[in-house]
Amino acid sequence: MTDLTKLTLSEARDALHKGDISSVEITQAHISAINEAKELNCFIEVTSDKAMDMAKAADETIKSGNAKGMTGIPIGMKDLYCTKGVHSQTCSHILDGFKPEYESTVSQNLWDDGAVMLGKTNMDEFAMGSSNENSYYGPVKNPWRAKGSDKNTVPGGSSGGSSAAVAADIAIATTGTDTGGSIRQPASFTGLVGLKPTYGRCSRWGMIAFASSLDQAGTLTKTVRDAAIMMESMAGYDPKDSTSTNIAVPNYEAALNGDIRGLKVGIPSEYRVDGMPEEIENLWKQGKEWLKSAGAEIVDISLPHTKYALPTYYIVAPAECSSNLARYDGVKYGLRVTGDSLDDMYKKTRAAGFGDEVKRRILIGTYVLSAGYYDAYYLKAQKIRTLIANDFKTAYQKCDVILTPTAPSAAFNLGEKVSDPLAMYLNDVFTVPASLAGLPGISVPAGLSAEGLPLGLQLIGQAFGEEQLLNVADVLEGAASFNYKPTKWWGE
Amino acid sequence: MTKLYPGATGDWEAVIGLEIHAQVISEAKLFSSSATTFGAEPNTQVSFVCSAQPGMLPVINEECVRQAVRTGLAMGCEINLRSIFDRKNYFYADLPQGYQISQFKDPIVGEGEIAIELSDGSTKIIGVERLHLEQDAGKSMHDQHPTMTYVDLNRSGVALMEIVSKPDMSTPEEAAEYFKKIRSLVRYARTCDGNMDQGSMRADVNVSVRRPGEELGTRTETKNVNSIRYVMQVVESEIRRQIDLIEDGGTVDQETRLFEVATGTTRTMRSKEEAHDYRYFPDPDLLPLEFSQEFVDELAAEMPELADAKKERFIADLHITPYNASVLVAEKENADYFETLLAVTVDKTGKPVSELGKLVSNWITSDLFGALKKLGKTISENPVSVENAAELLNLQVEGTISGRIAKEVFENMLESGKSPETIVDEKGLKQVSDTGAIEAMIDEILSVNADKVEEYRGGKDKLYGFFVGQVMKQTGGKANPQVVNQLLKPKLDG
Amino acid sequence: MSVDKETVAKIANLARIEVSEDELESTVGELNNILDWVEQLSEVDTDGVEAMTSVVDASLPRREDKVTDGGYRDQVLKNAPQSEHGFFAVPKVIE
Ligand SMILES: [Mg+2]
Ligand SMILES: [Zn+2]
Repeated sequence: MTDLTKLTLSEARDALHKGDISSVEITQAHISAINEAKELNCFIEVTSDKAMDMAKAADETIKSGNAKGMTGIPIGMKDLYCTKGVHSQTCSHILDGFKPEYESTVSQNLWDDGAVMLGKTNMDEFAMGSSNENSYYGPVKNPWRAKGSDKNTVPGGSSGGSSAAVAADIAIATTGTDTGGSIRQPASFTGLVGLKPTYGRCSRWGMIAFASSLDQAGTLTKTVRDAAIMMESMAGYDPKDSTSTNIAVPNYEAALNGDIRGLKVGIPSEYRVDGMPEEIENLWKQGKEWLKSAGAEIVDISLPHTKYALPTYYIVAPAECSSNLARYDGVKYGLRVTGDSLDDMYKKTRAAGFGDEVKRRILIGTYVLSAGYYDAYYLKAQKIRTLIANDFKTAYQKCDVILTPTAPSAAFNLGEKVSDPLAMYLNDVFTVPASLAGLPGISVPAGLSAEGLPLGLQLIGQAFGEEQLLNVADVLEGAASFNYKPTKWWGE
Repeated sequence: MTKLYPGATGDWEAVIGLEIHAQVISEAKLFSSSATTFGAEPNTQVSFVCSAQPGMLPVINEECVRQAVRTGLAMGCEINLRSIFDRKNYFYADLPQGYQISQFKDPIVGEGEIAIELSDGSTKIIGVERLHLEQDAGKSMHDQHPTMTYVDLNRSGVALMEIVSKPDMSTPEEAAEYFKKIRSLVRYARTCDGNMDQGSMRADVNVSVRRPGEELGTRTETKNVNSIRYVMQVVESEIRRQIDLIEDGGTVDQETRLFEVATGTTRTMRSKEEAHDYRYFPDPDLLPLEFSQEFVDELAAEMPELADAKKERFIADLHITPYNASVLVAEKENADYFETLLAVTVDKTGKPVSELGKLVSNWITSDLFGALKKLGKTISENPVSVENAAELLNLQVEGTISGRIAKEVFENMLESGKSPETIVDEKGLKQVSDTGAIEAMIDEILSVNADKVEEYRGGKDKLYGFFVGQVMKQTGGKANPQVVNQLLKPKLDG
Repeated sequence: MSVDKETVAKIANLARIEVSEDELESTVGELNNILDWVEQLSEVDTDGVEAMTSVVDASLPRREDKVTDGGYRDQVLKNAPQSEHGFFAVPKVIE
């Protein structure tokens, strides 16, 4: 085998099943690649020993003929997933030293299927951010740089360590989590496929919560097929999560039949936002053409409340986070800064433990829930959320899936937007509406910007319509045939 | 008529409302599967969920839902087929999540009415505003270490029902009777053990005063009052304090107060927090709680009999006096004891309940309760077994001993622990029902007291008792009074 | 609606986050930027619209009343910054 880190998940699986390669070999290759790519800062903890043990066990499973899709596949876990005895701190200082005594349902599902954990990936603190610059462990560098530039770009966020790791070929695939676009936007910035399934498809048990009504587990992979294989392993009903849905998990890979003839693809006019770069507009048109050539029917649809999705999100998500993050108080786990009273200890601990963006959102969330403001902000936002969800319901009477750009731009330079929270929030303008409606979305790499940076297109599916969504994504991926890779500049 | 409290400047009336926290009887906690047993070692009944570890999620316990519905039914309240769990946000050491999962806008149980009986014989209706389900907090211990507070989360997440009254009470007695009534209801419904020593039931007491007929005054809330007597003390002392305060030109602060057992008064909490702003919002980890009317109907059908219904049945079917019925149903244990003893007595005597109800209830409310009171014991500590008590009653029913002898035997039973038959045998207390023997005795008494017989026959009816007394004296009180009557009367009347 | 220093101080206290005088100043500006921006929601007519409580179209699942969890104090206390005699320990609280 030439370079085991270049394999897609499905290629690696096939090679493993055939016995052409072993999990130990492929895991070893990725650990070496991780060590070489330290300056990207993708992993905040590498679990080499554990990985090798898991790889050995996976090789045994394969030999015994009981291999599944994920058996022996080395992956990175976002630091937001609780992994027993291993760093699980959402890259926040407030969870300093926290090693859970339990395993998240999603990671457990993956290990049960034989996946191999390379380590924990970097992320925006508590998944709040769109550039991975809000990590206590420092920013992640996107392996992609603009043509002829030596400036670092951001890998997107909050799953930036996960996206950069797969883009740099130091993990075959990674888990991400998506609250308002935290999988899809980084996928778009790094030339990957990013899948956020329907809310309730994956268990949130053991995922450190940011905004409970929006958080969903998902995948960052090299291909749509890889996403299908990995999602099948992660998804499933979990009685430990009251918002998990009891619907059987289909064989997603089997749904990739390449046939989308007669399928109706909706194009929402409201996604044509002011100041959207022409190259994004053009890519979107191109996407439409690709699907049309594959036999789909293009329909114009309207999602009238799209414009209000982002401000709605920036009320709902901070409100939930202000409450979800109240448990980080220096009593049960993580950081404690001593104070001369209980309240003083709380205040000092939380001031030292949370980063600026997290504090900002806690304060906004506290404000919009406080007496006298609840109706004007939180209640209003939850009503508009109903309208946004209804927009999609109406639209799906006319179409089967919706095609939009994933992000309003390609990856921007590191440091470029850190001082302007609002500009940063606008990154999620296309991904947030589906999140608010709980719908599945997938970003597929579709082209390069004029500067040579990846651009993605997003498909939004119907609730629990992942099979159809993946099938269309597969067709789109095939038509786009995005075969670019970042030029390796790290670890020289 | 609302009671008036005289002050230096005129009359006042009090407005009282109670928020009662009743711990749900369930094996596991409301949103986690750890145990609820009282008195366990610290933090041993704690899971990752009830210690609010990162990423943990709540799943509701269906029995707690049923218990809340049962309680709502017992109180005659509206049951809401759809309710919402909200988060009540505040920071405290024993609140691991940083919020309490409770119900704010849409509780599981809505309005109802509770009738309470007052000492003057009147009945008053107290409105119930709502009942909602919520999590209990853990326990902070401030006196274990000079500079630290210790936190035990065993109770964290245990299901509570918060029962909120309308501000319909105006005296300490009403507050106490309402509290007692709710306690009785939950105990009969088997939804809360009502054990106040263990904190299974406690009340937040809201009190304000106003001039008769005027607008509501500012209220204070005294938290976690855990006995009926304390509730009365809180109300009394708050009414007095507030009246004095206002009459001295002061104003009542809307505040949380603590009850001090030693003084029987309340004091302001030292850790005066800033005005609370709980930022309630629907818990996004949970969905709306929904169930069907059939679910409610099924629970209603299998509801245990409650005190009021029991009382009516005792009067109607068992022919026991309304007074005895009230006494017996006041405490569930007493009613249970009565029904058990009645059943065993029925077995022994072969007589129907309708004939035995009065005897058994009289014996319990006078003889047994009197004895227990003297011994300072409760019914659960009763030294006499049900079997022996039933036998004692049986001996009376079959005429082996008289009611008077029965009292003597019972006293002996309490002292010696022996069975009534043994005592009757050993002491030769068997009632004499031998008509021949008694007749001979009567003949002799009549002849010895011929003068008295003449007087009697001359119209001095009162002397009848004298002749009975003579028979009893001669038999040592063992003559069967009925037999004596049957034989004596015709002989005297000639 | 916009916030001033006093309001931000109040919110920060509710959220138990210590904010210095300097930070307070800049936080007021940042929060007002965001609040100004979300203000656009007021133009949406939401009369008669039900507020969303969950995107999941289902009702609350219930679990059986069985004790299947807990009883592992060491694990519960393992990550605690301070624990003593089986308790979590915090600075003394005066009620
Ligand atoms: Mg209260
Ligand atoms: Zn309460």
